[in-house]
Amino acid sequence: MSTIYILWLRQIKRYLRSRTRIIGALGQPLLFMVAFGFGFGAIFARAGAGNYMNFLIPGIIGQSILFTAISSGIDLIWDRQFGFLKETLAAPVSRFEIFFGRTLGGATVATLQGMIVLGLSFIVGFRPFSVLEMLISVPAMFLISLLFTALGTAIATKMEDFHGFQLIMNFLVMPLFFLSGALFPMDSMPKTLKTIATFNPLSYGVDLIRGLLANTSHFGYSLDLLVLGALTTFLLILGSFLFSRIEV
Amino acid sequence: MEQNMIEVKNLVRKFDDFIAVDNISFTVPKGQIFAFLGPNGAGKSTTIKMLTTMLRPTSGTILINGYDPMHNQDDARRSFGIVFQDPSLDDELTAFENMELHSVLYKIPRNIRKKRIEDLMKLVELWDKKDHLVKTFSGGMKRRLEIARGLLHHPKIIFLDEPTLGLDPQTRNLMWDYLKKMNQDEEITVFFTTHYMEEAAKIADEIAIIDHGKIITSGTVKELTEETKTNTLEEAFLSLTGSAIREESANIADQNRARHQMWSKK
Ligand SMILES: Nc1ncnc2c1ncn2[C@@H]1O[C@H](COP(=O)(O)OP(=O)(O)OP(=O)(O)O)[C@@H](O)[C@H]1O
Ligand SMILES: [Mg+2]
Repeated sequence: MSTIYILWLRQIKRYLRSRTRIIGALGQPLLFMVAFGFGFGAIFARAGAGNYMNFLIPGIIGQSILFTAISSGIDLIWDRQFGFLKETLAAPVSRFEIFFGRTLGGATVATLQGMIVLGLSFIVGFRPFSVLEMLISVPAMFLISLLFTALGTAIATKMEDFHGFQLIMNFLVMPLFFLSGALFPMDSMPKTLKTIATFNPLSYGVDLIRGLLANTSHFGYSLDLLVLGALTTFLLILGSFLFSRIEV
Repeated sequence: MEQNMIEVKNLVRKFDDFIAVDNISFTVPKGQIFAFLGPNGAGKSTTIKMLTTMLRPTSGTILINGYDPMHNQDDARRSFGIVFQDPSLDDELTAFENMELHSVLYKIPRNIRKKRIEDLMKLVELWDKKDHLVKTFSGGMKRRLEIARGLLHHPKIIFLDEPTLGLDPQTRNLMWDYLKKMNQDEEITVFFTTHYMEEAAKIADEIAIIDHGKIITSGTVKELTEETKTNTLEEAFLSLTGSAIREESANIADQNRARHQMWSKK
């Protein structure tokens, strides 16, 4: 337990100490809010689909969580290249505890990032429909964060340097974001796009948050939770297996 | 009875077809200072990694404090402290936080934790810098901190992989003073690698000369010079390996290390 806690705490401290990282990671969500929110808002309303900003914000929160969580894989590559990983691997603690502590830390950071985006969204006119459900959206964000942190860390166990991971960011993260229900309603998507989005875990994450923040859902809470829960469990097991096989 | 802290028999490690460590055997008794002397690429780090559970041997047996590092990993891990060839501190944490993290990983009881950290950080003369971020430390300060950290959990053995590479002579001497003190006070066995001959000759009780993955010979400086009928370790080494230690490549390693440290500061 103490191992998990101290490695979690380390991630949090590193996050809070890197102001540039916090600020940098907020620029993009803000840009998306302004560009998409104000850009599409009018068309959306004219089509009788309601308030686009309210629809969009959960998608942007999902995007921000996705980017932050996956990039915690970079932390692993970093620790591997600059040595700290060896300090943990030489210690008399189980590999699972190390993996789990790191992953919980990364997921907490991604959740914090999601909460900051939620806070920012009030500036551009977002209003949640219920305060209680807005509070419940925080553990929901954590679940999504856990899923993508486990994914990012699992991928990073197989990477020796940053270049490979950059490729992952471009060829996995970008499609995950654009080909999901984050920006557009799935109901009105063309069939192919809709099929792709149905196989995209981010769609379920965004759908869950959207249900809690904007009171509209495509899949329904039960399906969202089932898919996210099952996939997170699978990725945690896969990730800790891959992590236990790292040699340095 | 004399107890062996390290026992290695017929240890081999291959990387694909390349044999990095080629059937080596040696023992290190409790309380000894043992040096692995060899040029770049000799297989020193690979051996240390196998002894410290970081790398699986291709074949052969290892006992660390009586434990097999492949099967009793955590017992073996509790028995040693290690200073790797490249720094392994968290630069974004303070010196104290790095020590604290280590003491949690090694389950040092909370009530003695602070005192032990303080004692060791005073030993390596970094206590007044305890709240500074490690990224503001020089290479020598980092190495001293790593030594203090490696000793924190009262290990029976400390492994040091080229601990003095890239350090100035004063820092080198200081470092060995701390280590000799711990060797005497706490009866810690010291296993270190180096490519500096004068260092091996001056510090170690016993030296194993390793090249191309093989231990060519081992013994005290006296035994090595007698065996080769030479006067210094330098000459003994020359007569045993047929070459002076590959200093030019050692310099490249030093440079790489310096570059690495520069990078790790971001
Ligand atoms: N992961 C690896 N994959 C392939 N070859 C490796 C690997 N690690 C080490 N080697 C090779 O094994 C040999 C021994 O390397 P090792 O790092 O043990 O040398 P060393 O004695 O520590 O040298 P140095 O003084 O430069 O640190 C080298 O030829 C190296 O290229
Ligand atoms: Mg080496």
